[in-house]
Amino acid sequence: MIPQFLLYALLAGAGVALVAGPLGSFVVWRRMAYFGDTLAHSALLGVALGILLQIHPLLAVIVSSLVLAVILVALQTQKLLGDDTLLGILSHTTLALGLVCAGLLADTRIDLWGLLFGDLLTTSATDLLIIYAVAILVLIVLWRCWRALIFATLDETLAQVEGVPVVRLRLLLMGLIALVVALAMKVVGVLLITSLLIIPAATSRRFSRSPEVMAVGASLLGVIAVAGGLGISYFLDAPAGPSIVLAASTCFALGLAFPRRT
Amino acid sequence: MSQPSDKALVSCEQVAWRRDGVDVLQGVSFAIAPREIVTLIGPNGAGKTSLVNLVIGLADPTGGRVPRRDKLRLGYMPQHLRFDSSLPLSVERFLRLATSDRNALTHYSERLGIAGLLGQQLQKLSGGELQRVLLTRAVLRKPELLVLDEPTQGVDVLGQAELYRHISELRDELGCGVLMVSHDLHLVMAKTDTVICLNRHICCHGAPESVARHPEYLQLFGKQAAEDIAIYTHHHDHEHDLHGDVVPESHHHHHDHSGCHHS
Repeated sequence: MIPQFLLYALLAGAGVALVAGPLGSFVVWRRMAYFGDTLAHSALLGVALGILLQIHPLLAVIVSSLVLAVILVALQTQKLLGDDTLLGILSHTTLALGLVCAGLLADTRIDLWGLLFGDLLTTSATDLLIIYAVAILVLIVLWRCWRALIFATLDETLAQVEGVPVVRLRLLLMGLIALVVALAMKVVGVLLITSLLIIPAATSRRFSRSPEVMAVGASLLGVIAVAGGLGISYFLDAPAGPSIVLAASTCFALGLAFPRRT
Repeated sequence: MSQPSDKALVSCEQVAWRRDGVDVLQGVSFAIAPREIVTLIGPNGAGKTSLVNLVIGLADPTGGRVPRRDKLRLGYMPQHLRFDSSLPLSVERFLRLATSDRNALTHYSERLGIAGLLGQQLQKLSGGELQRVLLTRAVLRKPELLVLDEPTQGVDVLGQAELYRHISELRDELGCGVLMVSHDLHLVMAKTDTVICLNRHICCHGAPESVARHPEYLQLFGKQAAEDIAIYTHHHDHEHDLHGDVVPESHHHHHDHSGCHHS
């Protein structure tokens, strides 16, 4: 019989991994890895603001991520600087601001280590509820917009000519990623979130001949990484978040040993 | 060209397009009638792609109007796809994004010689194969207007001739109008009804033979172009003779058109 805290951790991690599969695939297809990183770094600021304003940290992170996504889209309309530069500025500014705020809030015992690297093992029943509610919402939205999202990801111009609302889809995808980043923070922490999005998707790419296979494969690989990582963490007494990332990386490395299917 | 604009699929009325303080297009007027093949030629930076974008509604003109026939069905073949190779997608799946009509998919795949490629992954295709897949996709939309932006990029000379033959046959089969941007003057002129010679404004337009003799055309493309057309006229009688082919890029060396700045 596995202890309850481990069961909760497994369920929470699996829930996030399931939704990170398809979304992470879009992050890979659209080369948005750095965007995910920026959202993740800003999440720390969200938590600090949440404590300051006394709202649930998860909610605070979701709101701050969405605000950041909007700021980024607004900045992108000027074309002097590349996206990677803008993201770099936003990413580190928000991370620094978050760390400063966390420092100022030192007396409220903010768990910086847990925020940076995840604290999956302290998952509560409420956390589980929030994770699964958000995950199901994101999956339903993805399901309904799947075809248009694939088309717009393939070629935005062509999709736009044929009447696909590409700008709205881009915003939608950013919003969904923001939601999942907020969830994944609990699992692997702000510094490692992107890995949960892109490593399973990248591993799955090798064995996929269609976008759906890649997305579902990424979900399964994510769940395997969460289970494997928690196993490592439990038996070696290693931190859970980094163990999960290492399990995902191991899957990726093992995948390289198999012949590509495409 | 002379068709009344109420019958036109799409027309440009005194269209101007200004971007970042630069006048890319000014005073452009023309119309595309059903079943008409209109070819857009012009040097690099002449605003050809900008004009195409205005016609297909990717951009709105900063001056003038671009009235389109109500609910005009567009088939657009872009210069290239910008997709990332991390996206696994078969040719068949790609085509099914355009239509759910499997019979049409089979028909046009065979018609354009890509039936054998349907199971292939998109990123594995050669330049010529991808162009034919993109053309098939545009056609599967059952377009009233087919818009092709440099359809022969990355295609060898024999493939180019074949692609232009396909385009003119498809026009007859679908009864659609065609707007295409092309550099392959000598190849395209045999298959086109109207040529528009563009350099930020319409320098000249009309039937291929009359455009080829127009002084502005000669000034724009230089002596080399005139030789090109001589070859073209020759081709008109002997279609299979592709020898003595002139590299299209050579036009640009001869291009001098005072007052035109290339962006």
